[in-house]
Amino acid sequence: MSDHVSPVSLYVTIFAALMILTGVTVAAAYLNLGQFNFTVAIGIALFKASLVIWYFMHVKWQSHMTKLTLAAGLFFLTILLGMSLIDYASRNDFRDEPRLPPANPDSVIAPGR
Amino acid sequence: MSNAVAHADHGHAHHPALQHHFDTLAQQKEAAVIGMWLFLLTEILFFGGLFVAYMIYRIWYFEAFAEASRRLSLFWGGLNTAVLIGSSLTMALGVRAAQTNNRKWTVNWLILTMLLGCVFLGVKVIEYQDKFANYEVPGQNYNWLYHEQHSAGGEHAEGAAPAAAEGHRQLRMTPEQLQNTTQIYFSLYFTMTGLHALHMIIGVGLMLVITWMAWKGKFDAEWYTPVEMSGLYWHFVDIVWIFLFPLLYLVERHQ
Repeated sequence: MSDHVSPVSLYVTIFAALMILTGVTVAAAYLNLGQFNFTVAIGIALFKASLVIWYFMHVKWQSHMTKLTLAAGLFFLTILLGMSLIDYASRNDFRDEPRLPPANPDSVIAPGR
Repeated sequence: MSNAVAHADHGHAHHPALQHHFDTLAQQKEAAVIGMWLFLLTEILFFGGLFVAYMIYRIWYFEAFAEASRRLSLFWGGLNTAVLIGSSLTMALGVRAAQTNNRKWTVNWLILTMLLGCVFLGVKVIEYQDKFANYEVPGQNYNWLYHEQHSAGGEHAEGAAPAAAEGHRQLRMTPEQLQNTTQIYFSLYFTMTGLHALHMIIGVGLMLVITWMAWKGKFDAEWYTPVEMSGLYWHFVDIVWIFLFPLLYLVERHQ
């Protein structure tokens, strides 16, 4: 059960870590890491989310049943994202040239207002 | 069944919050926690569909996403991230105050959480207003070039070439193509942040009820389940933003 009472210092530490990681993710966005910009941004976001789930949402002190429930959800989210991306990311139509939208005669840009 | 509620007077002296179909408060709370997590899982998959849509269009039209992402204010986005993380801290401290029987600080932390939630929504209004003012809302009046024509060099820099604001970046898409594809980015931006903002509004509404209940002294260290459940919801909304911030504001800032 989550009747475990965490010390205030734990919450403040997690808060500080989340703020620092926000700064890190902004700083990393200004570095040219090539394809790894996205990896780093998502990695940091996943870590931040884990901190919130584990400590703020008390999952650390919950029963195995609750943990299993959460794990099942994340498993299906991984399938949703992972399977979709494996499909789209392994196609060739955007590798070298950006995919361009079809010509649409209706979408004429109005002159500056 | 534990002996915690062993009483002589035909078992009616249990905690007032304990419902008759549960043996103990601990069992009742366990059921509530699992139920809340099941609800949050539906929310995760609900937002997950939008994230998939975002990922596919980002792969297809990366250049448009990178260009459109720069139109968002990093200042307001960063500030809102800090505000929301701060509200998660106050929420966690509010739950802790309820756990430790501290009625006064439960109320105080919950009110502070609500205020931070309102600050977040206020900043969102400022950001949306800016998008409307610059014709960056998808639809009939969407105009990708408006921002550049009216911000690059004074009020009426009619002659300023669009390339001036794009800086030295070599774009492969023509302005007409960007006009089309950046609308996809902004459609996703408004859908995802709008849905997130709706969750924030619901969260603030939950806080109002919980704060009122706390004020009335409905909670104690043995039973504070509504505070904890609202906290789970609030933290979940915070987590959604933790992903939205880098995905929408930081697509490609280094060029």
